[in-house]
Amino acid sequence: MKARRTPPARKVLSALFVAACGLAVIAALIPLAFVLFFVISQGVQSLNLDFFLNNPRPVGEVGGGMANAIVGTLILTGLAAALAVPIGILSGVYLSEYRGSRFASTVRFAADTLNGVPSIVIGVFAYAVVVLPLGHFSTLAGGFALGIMMIPIIARTTEELLLLVPNALREGALALGATRARAVFSVIVPAALPGIITGVVLALARIAGETAPLLFTSFNNGFFSTSLTQPISSITVQVFTYAISPYEDWHRQAWAGALVLVTIVLLCSMAARIAAARVARIRGQ
Amino acid sequence: MRSPDLGFRLGIGVFAAALVAIVAGIGATLANDSWLSLQRFGLNFWRTSNWDPVAGEFGALPFIWGTLYSSVLALLIATPVALGIAVFISELCPHWLRAPLIFLTELLAAIPSIVYGLWGIFVLVPVVRAVELTMPESLRTLPLFSGPPFGVGMLAAALILAIMVVPFTSAVAREVLKTVPMTQREAAYALGATRFEAIRAAMFSARTGIIGAVMLGFGRALGETMAVTMVIGNNPQVALSLFAPQYTMAAVIANEFTEAANALYMSALIEIGLVLFVITLLVNLMSRGLIWSMARQVPARAAA
Repeated sequence: MKARRTPPARKVLSALFVAACGLAVIAALIPLAFVLFFVISQGVQSLNLDFFLNNPRPVGEVGGGMANAIVGTLILTGLAAALAVPIGILSGVYLSEYRGSRFASTVRFAADTLNGVPSIVIGVFAYAVVVLPLGHFSTLAGGFALGIMMIPIIARTTEELLLLVPNALREGALALGATRARAVFSVIVPAALPGIITGVVLALARIAGETAPLLFTSFNNGFFSTSLTQPISSITVQVFTYAISPYEDWHRQAWAGALVLVTIVLLCSMAARIAAARVARIRGQ
Repeated sequence: MRSPDLGFRLGIGVFAAALVAIVAGIGATLANDSWLSLQRFGLNFWRTSNWDPVAGEFGALPFIWGTLYSSVLALLIATPVALGIAVFISELCPHWLRAPLIFLTELLAAIPSIVYGLWGIFVLVPVVRAVELTMPESLRTLPLFSGPPFGVGMLAAALILAIMVVPFTSAVAREVLKTVPMTQREAAYALGATRFEAIRAAMFSARTGIIGAVMLGFGRALGETMAVTMVIGNNPQVALSLFAPQYTMAAVIANEFTEAANALYMSALIEIGLVLFVITLLVNLMSRGLIWSMARQVPARAAA
């Protein structure tokens, strides 16, 4: 029997499909390239020492910077981590240790739900439970909002990483007479710790770039402040304020702020990637 | 169960319970604090378009319209691109290209919303405006392209949302395609299928999960705040035109929350937050349900 050749029409269609998929990749990479190009080229022009050392100055006065906003973002993410790391990691441990239980599925469900809640809604929640009782905007409220957003990310990452730890390690610990708590905290969690730390760093990078939950929690502050009970500036809210202002000079500052944000994100994701590759190499040997 | 183990379980269980409490707390707080508005306006809140805080009139139809319209448009643009990327990365590209491409698409997701917004205002909006200006008069009579070309408006918002949604949809679609056993593609090739036909068959097997991936993107688009706020024009109107400045639920909360001078105004904004919460919750639930049922359907992943 003569082998039948694939009709050309089908071949052409297939080639077109492959080309279309390639084009889709290019279509997504073009905006990425343009965003990065503009952030870097515009940002570099306005990034200088003043930007890191000075506080914002009134329109028309040169030499203003975002020192207060940079410190503000550090404090806010620090507070968020203080709230989210213990809750996130311990619930992650619960999810992996008691993975089959009904309560674990409820918690997993809650974590995924919380992960999908729009950040602006988290801001409204933080306003209602922290800002209203205190009577004013505060660093605490902003840190609370960011922390709430971080918890589900850390919980799910921790769970996933703990599930990768070989069961033999747990069995070995239990066979030596360790209690479950001892096995978890002395053997299983340490085994997964590099991955967990990577996950926390990635979560921090994501949180540092959030604006919406801060608009009416930590609000903004034109002055340098480290007070937890006062409003505080953050890079993101400051970029927003500058971006929608009509002043050329403030627009430049906004680009500089955006460059700082993107650099933070890039460094964190590259560090995480390198750490993950190293862990994979050690595991592989 | 030994008693120290029970103590351990209860101890970490408290932290896990905190997660459940937070979600319940968000729902309860939003419902409680929007009570004033819920009672005063009832369903009319979502049926009327007059948003006049000074007169104490609150009709939120333009916001829900703007949110749904911009998200649907974003999906129309993003879905083909995201699926194309997923197929390219998981089925077509050479092995060495896979990791860099995954890194780049993840980067697209990692760029903060405020940076997209800044770029949107100063780069995308002028481009959109230029395109709108070159639109021939004959097309301008269509309702889809009517109105003056501002640059800011529905089109700019949909484009920027599409860029932001692509990495989420493509990442999940890629995972879903991975669950389709390799043997299925091999069988298709053995029967003489072309590449397109084999991949189409794989995508058909994975359709539940792919719909789930698209819905996950939809959930992201609905709640996206900063970038949209900065380019959509913030004008509460129900309009079909892509050129018209409009408004979304997230954007009105972001812009007006600190200005809400009285309890009713605040309560109306919180009600918008409540409904946004409920909608995204439902969309995410459906999406997870679909992805989950897909993962369960194909237990062959380990075997493949």
